[in-house]
Amino acid sequence: MPDSLALVHSRELLRFLACGSVDDGKSTLIGRLLFETGSVPDDQLARLARESRLHGTTGNDLNYALLLDGLEAEQQQGITIDVAWRYFRTPKRAFIVADTPGHAQYTRNMATGATYCSLAIILVDASRGLLEQTRRHAMICALLGIREVVLAVNKMDLVGYDEAAFIQISTAWYALAGSLGFSSATAIPLSARSGENLVRPSGVMPWYDGPCLLGLLEAIEISDDASLLPFRFPVQWVIRSDEGFRGFAGTVGSGRVKVSDSLAVASSGRVACVARIVTMDGDLPQAEAGQAVTLVLNEAVDIARGDLLVEPSLRPAMADEFAAQLIWLDEEPMLPGRGYALRIGHLWTSASITSVHYAREVMTGGIRPVQRLEMNEVGLCHFAAARRVPVDPYQANQATGAFILVDQLTRRTVGAGLMERSLNQARNIHPEASPVDRRARAALVGQKPLAVWFTGLSGSGKSTIAKQVEQALHAAGRHTYCLDGDNLRHGLCRDLAFTPEDRMENIRRAGEVARLMLDAGLIVLCAFISPYRAERKLVRDLFQPDEFCEVFVDAPIGICMARDPKGLYAKARRGLIPDLTGMGSPYEAPEAPDLHLRTDRQPLEDSVAEVLAHLRAAGIDF
Amino acid sequence: MPLVRPPVTWTPPEQVEARPSSRFSRLEGEAIGILREAAAACRRPVLLYSIGKDSSVLLHLARKAFFPGRMPFPLLHIDTGWKFREMIAHRDRIVAELGLELLVHVNVEGRRRGINPFTSGAAVHTQVMKTEALRQALDLHGFDAAIGGARRDEERSRAKERVFSLRGSGHSWNPRDQRPELWGLWNTRLGPGESLRVFPLSNWTEADIWDYVLSEDIPVVPLYLARERPVIRRSGIWIMRDDDRMPLLPDEQPETRSVRFRSLGCWPLTGAIESTATTVQDIIAEMRATRWTERAGRVIDGEGEASMESKKREGYF
Repeated sequence: MPDSLALVHSRELLRFLACGSVDDGKSTLIGRLLFETGSVPDDQLARLARESRLHGTTGNDLNYALLLDGLEAEQQQGITIDVAWRYFRTPKRAFIVADTPGHAQYTRNMATGATYCSLAIILVDASRGLLEQTRRHAMICALLGIREVVLAVNKMDLVGYDEAAFIQISTAWYALAGSLGFSSATAIPLSARSGENLVRPSGVMPWYDGPCLLGLLEAIEISDDASLLPFRFPVQWVIRSDEGFRGFAGTVGSGRVKVSDSLAVASSGRVACVARIVTMDGDLPQAEAGQAVTLVLNEAVDIARGDLLVEPSLRPAMADEFAAQLIWLDEEPMLPGRGYALRIGHLWTSASITSVHYAREVMTGGIRPVQRLEMNEVGLCHFAAARRVPVDPYQANQATGAFILVDQLTRRTVGAGLMERSLNQARNIHPEASPVDRRARAALVGQKPLAVWFTGLSGSGKSTIAKQVEQALHAAGRHTYCLDGDNLRHGLCRDLAFTPEDRMENIRRAGEVARLMLDAGLIVLCAFISPYRAERKLVRDLFQPDEFCEVFVDAPIGICMARDPKGLYAKARRGLIPDLTGMGSPYEAPEAPDLHLRTDRQPLEDSVAEVLAHLRAAGIDF
Repeated sequence: MPLVRPPVTWTPPEQVEARPSSRFSRLEGEAIGILREAAAACRRPVLLYSIGKDSSVLLHLARKAFFPGRMPFPLLHIDTGWKFREMIAHRDRIVAELGLELLVHVNVEGRRRGINPFTSGAAVHTQVMKTEALRQALDLHGFDAAIGGARRDEERSRAKERVFSLRGSGHSWNPRDQRPELWGLWNTRLGPGESLRVFPLSNWTEADIWDYVLSEDIPVVPLYLARERPVIRRSGIWIMRDDDRMPLLPDEQPETRSVRFRSLGCWPLTGAIESTATTVQDIIAEMRATRWTERAGRVIDGEGEASMESKKREGYF
């Protein structure tokens, strides 16, 4: 449908970013574009004149970059730190511009800007040619699905507007661009400072007969039309009103929807038809990518915020293990095995990185094997999520194929993920209830299965309490199992050491084993130091809320050292165990445990009784 | 240094005319998505309603976002005691007509101390009656997200603002602590004492706002339209005496001129422009020809080159 609304939009409004290495003149180029298109009001112009003198690096000329570097730190240091958003219009098109930082340490900010854009201008300095940062930005643009790229060969004045200098750079550029698969990658020789080839063809480079930069921006056809992709609708909010109205509000991610279309809920596979497309301006016959609407279905289907409504014949795979490209954004390096919060669409769950396969090499375009990603690195990772999520490959659908990772403790956004594929073997099989399931197994033995997770320092009393609780339950005819660090580390986990990564893997395996035992209908008592909150959260997320309880077995480190049942603290003091929790390695106490036992203040039998009372309250009768 | 105009190959931008539904559906869809996100992800959000044109558009979008349900958050107006009388009347009329829940907060302590724009100065008045008052109101009601109508095209430090902007304890804004925002996958997680400022109109320009007011027929305060009003000239700015609390200087003589306001704040701090634009269409035509920013008439913004940034660090919107 060539005359679709979305094409009208992309002709009307173009979102682009300017990137490239530091000092290649991005801010100057955008500042000058704003100035030349009459988008800088007089009062700002007067201020620019004052500031150009104050922070003067351009002699008596206006320093256009000062129109953009808005933060005091940026003006003082003369660099761009954060993405600046600018707006201008010409008779042909409206533009939203992201001016992104060039410093390698702010690459993540450049990537952030790129996720909103359908075109990138990559700048190079004509006297320096393609740099590492040019290649990195080109690679990230390609990765993020930007198909139209312009190479602005800036500062041509510094090379005397020399054609040979331009040809050398543009030849190298076309080789790079070809390897990255852009649909267009025009190179333009220009000078942002003196305005050559910026908004009108330059007279000083008669050898160049291509378009000027603004001419190209106004004319270019953008091909990323999300309304032509399969229908995807992430449910953001459920609207209920007094009159019994129930509608699913959200913004159409991709494709289009009409009244009477049938839709499937990606997670459950349930199908229903669209009865109404509601807006305050009246019902619509159809809606398409980018429009915020409310869908009413013809039958009551269980749908909540976070669900994804999809075209039934073109469903995404649902998977809890998947491969994705990951851009690492945080100063703290990634820790494989650690649980991170994951947001995809409007769904939050938790996930860990099970393996890192490679990181991309910027200069060669190749890959190299790594154990983890550092800030600004990009690589292929495998993920395990606490629940199944829709897997639309990002290169096929940017609206649903992207996710972010958030650190559970600092709450910083630490990673940007681009889905590649599901790793679940049976990818086309939707979850189906087996006739013999958890409930059936538990019913046979007549009990409610439960996992009880004891955490605390070595010597705090975890294993002792867990074993006595097990004895009491066993005596009452309950089916139980007690998992602890020792019985796992001798067998299942004997390949693991005590590094942070291995500790996390140990806990992950313990959690999975506990889940299997719970599935088998057992009451599982787990005693693990499990020092990190993030790991405990990951374990908790494996279970339904009423199947899991966390018991914090709490005693001061001094008491634990005095007890020292296994002689570990004595060894640590002699330097034989450098990373013992509480000494060389931290213990992060639970913030809201279901049960908090102070074993330094009460006798063992009281702690056991407290746990048993809690289990009774949780529905276990014995 | 000479101030050189760009050579005139660029006539003032003409509006790209298109069906209103297509022109705005992207900006509108984005803004509605942000409003719904604030409602879904935050414990107790509030919509900051300052009665101006941006607030009016924001309110209109919020009604659309939750239709046919009710807006799941109240409105909050920070009243400095120096708002134009027509603004207060407009506020009360809109709230009554739409049946909305409105909270009005005044910094009572500031009023008791007699803080005012004249003797306290614009900076102190704004700090105490606006910034501190906002912090008080948010703490008082336990709001963890304040939705506001600020736009990135208004001012330089706002050009770098996030859509979901994180404020630390004490509502402080640290530009270096802001989270990257990718693909509109907002990270709304908050720690103890932290809160959010949410800006659904981030990507709207002043022109978009007026075009939208026109196309959706959104009611705005009549002060935006030109009329004969009593004004005095002070520090190069036309000030409208809205009541007699403003002492006249010896050589000041109120005169009647056809003026209007591009941006509305406290009346002693808000400059009027001479204009004959009596309809929204006139305003749009006038705006296309103007060469001045809308906040140029605001007395508070001019103090110090980065004054908006420093105000934001202290908790200003």
